[in-house]
Amino acid sequence: MENINNNKKEEFIKFLEEKREKGYYNSALMSILHKAQEIYGYISPEAIEEISVRLGMPTAKIWGIVTFYHYFTLKPRGKYVISVCLGTACYVKGSKRILNKLKEILNIELNQTTPDGLFTIEAKYCLGCCGLAPVMMINNKVYEKLTTKKITEIIENIKFNEEKTKTSKELVLN
Amino acid sequence: MENKKNLNNIVVDFRSTEDFVTINVNNKDYKVNKNKTIMQALDEIGYHIPRLCYHPKLSIEGACRLCIVEVEGMPNYVTSCTAKVSEGMKIKTNTAELRRARRDILELLLDNHPVDCNTCERDGNCELQKIARSVGIKMRHFEGEKRNYNVDLSSPAITRDPNKCILCGRCVRLCSEIQGVNAIDFANRGFDSTVMTAYNSPINSSVCITCGQCINVCPTAALSEKYYTVELFKELSNYKKIKIAQIAPAVRAAIGEAFGLEPGHNLEKQTVAALKKLGFDLVFDTQFSADLTIMEEGYEFLERITNNSVLPMITSCSPAWIKFVEQFYPEFIPNISTCKSPMSMMSSVLKTYYAKKRGINPQDILSVAIMPCTAKKYEAQRDELKIDGNRLTDIVVTTREIAWMIKSAGIDLLKTEPEEFDNMFGFSSGAATIFGVTGGVMEAALRTAYELYVGETIIDIEFNELRGFKGIKEATIKMGDKTVNVAVVHGISNAHKILKIVKEEPSRYHFIEVMSCPGGCINGGGQPYASGEYTALDEELLRKRASVLYKIDRAKTVRRSHENPEIQRIYKEFFGRPLSHKSHEILHTSYFKKYPQGVYKKY
Repeated sequence: MENINNNKKEEFIKFLEEKREKGYYNSALMSILHKAQEIYGYISPEAIEEISVRLGMPTAKIWGIVTFYHYFTLKPRGKYVISVCLGTACYVKGSKRILNKLKEILNIELNQTTPDGLFTIEAKYCLGCCGLAPVMMINNKVYEKLTTKKITEIIENIKFNEEKTKTSKELVLN
Repeated sequence: MENKKNLNNIVVDFRSTEDFVTINVNNKDYKVNKNKTIMQALDEIGYHIPRLCYHPKLSIEGACRLCIVEVEGMPNYVTSCTAKVSEGMKIKTNTAELRRARRDILELLLDNHPVDCNTCERDGNCELQKIARSVGIKMRHFEGEKRNYNVDLSSPAITRDPNKCILCGRCVRLCSEIQGVNAIDFANRGFDSTVMTAYNSPINSSVCITCGQCINVCPTAALSEKYYTVELFKELSNYKKIKIAQIAPAVRAAIGEAFGLEPGHNLEKQTVAALKKLGFDLVFDTQFSADLTIMEEGYEFLERITNNSVLPMITSCSPAWIKFVEQFYPEFIPNISTCKSPMSMMSSVLKTYYAKKRGINPQDILSVAIMPCTAKKYEAQRDELKIDGNRLTDIVVTTREIAWMIKSAGIDLLKTEPEEFDNMFGFSSGAATIFGVTGGVMEAALRTAYELYVGETIIDIEFNELRGFKGIKEATIKMGDKTVNVAVVHGISNAHKILKIVKEEPSRYHFIEVMSCPGGCINGGGQPYASGEYTALDEELLRKRASVLYKIDRAKTVRRSHENPEIQRIYKEFFGRPLSHKSHEILHTSYFKKYPQGVYKKY
């Protein structure tokens, strides 16, 4: 675990140093924050402090920007972020049922993360593909015309694949 | 024909027409400088447009939208603080529609503001309240959701009440532009927008240096000092304690403003009398301990310069500055003079020398400091300044607080019979008086250090190059065989600059004076709010307050700290000599690195 964190930090610092060399890094704050969220899964205090120290930006300012944009999250999120669309079209097509089913399967509430750190459920208001309603996104992939049955399959599938990679890793290590 | 008519109407006429444009305000033509904003131009012409987020010393934000004017040809109202004038601009400042729009904007601000003017700390001196009245709000048209935040009472010096905040952003800009600390910024968005510290941490664990300048520019009471008035009133009726007050130099120069006087009145003796009436047994002068500080600091400087130890030496009187260095520039801690501030020196002397001399238990002394400063409240609770776990200065109140207490006790400060300070620690030199204004500590230190080093008296003791309100002031003084380069800075952003210079050229300066507040203590975070024609940080206001101190200095016969007979006596009776073992124990302190939230440990 320690190792993974160090790797993340190294990767982020490398990115920061690249930005610094280019100059005008004050205007690169947004892309830096995007990168931080990509690496850490959220905007960690560590990331904020690294930005502050390396680019000489006040923490209060970074904090202001992070809290301003809804995209940035200050809580750690799961490996798979499930964004369920609750926009009008999806809602009419029963996305509330989808959301409830997800909550039931994963046994968590909205904006929470499963204890194993795999899944986070979020609500989004229109993902821009109303023709496919009801939709949800898992990370960058869109799942269309959902039913409660499909949901169970998708989640089971991810869980299965995760288990498989985990055991194969263990096999390699052993 | 049209042009001729316009020309006839020109009221303000300037010789050069190149830099000027003609604007039409309420159907009358004026010539104004083309680089001005509409607001500045209108101010000169004689129209005062209501404003909240605008502050002449800060950058322009255009957040409050109150300063809108109607410009012909523009689809919307224009905020006069951001828009520049241009040739032929036709401006209307007071149409019925515009008044209504302005009123609505203000009403929406008020809708989210607590209606507690009768109990509010601003005590009627509130910009929001005044503007609400001047814009002509008679009733409230809107009734919506109200914010509900907790008041941040964590800091010993600064209280933040986000409920009263109107998000004008003056404090945010001041903290970053004038003080360079960046302790606060806007966070969240829309209805949830708040001014907060990084990580929304309590002020006490943030990088805030408690200078209190944000309080001076806040148009409401969203930021204020932490009040110790209730505590002090309670202690004042405690008959078991000997209640001793000390008054800082800058207090006497500004307290009159809180009682409706024009700036520039010296109310030293009236304040002493009023404090006696409030119930203090003894009133001493912090200027006495300022003389003591100069003795210690002057000798420390001479010692450093002769032994070639850590230079430049930097003054230590400003507690906000100390906190700033401990947080952001710990590598400069060895440069800072180890002398306590005059306030703490006075309290130390009271609880050691004075208690011993009078044969009383130090714990029976209530040491109260009346300061122009909010950071002194922070300083008083520092662990490094405690003797056996007990605070040296028990209570610190600001000029504003003591003015309120005097009023609240029904004492008319202006009619009180003037009284002198009490003996022993009541006499001070002119050098100590000017401690309250930027450059004063340096000037006082040089007056003493020069004479001690060279061994002859200087006739012209007024160092004019160290006076005035330039951000960084430099001077070179020939002291016998040594040439001493000194610098004086005020406002932390200037301190940033000087530290940068020192990093590049470590031997450029020998002695640096830093005061955290622009203008020095006379403009401290606890001074009366600027009122009347003055705005906070106005140089004219500062000049008037400073002139009080310079006048007192000039009127004194003793103008050098080492000539103060009471100082000579305390060294003879108690300390022996400056920098003696005893004085090190009682008059000196130490500083440590600090890592509040928002300062990374790698620094």
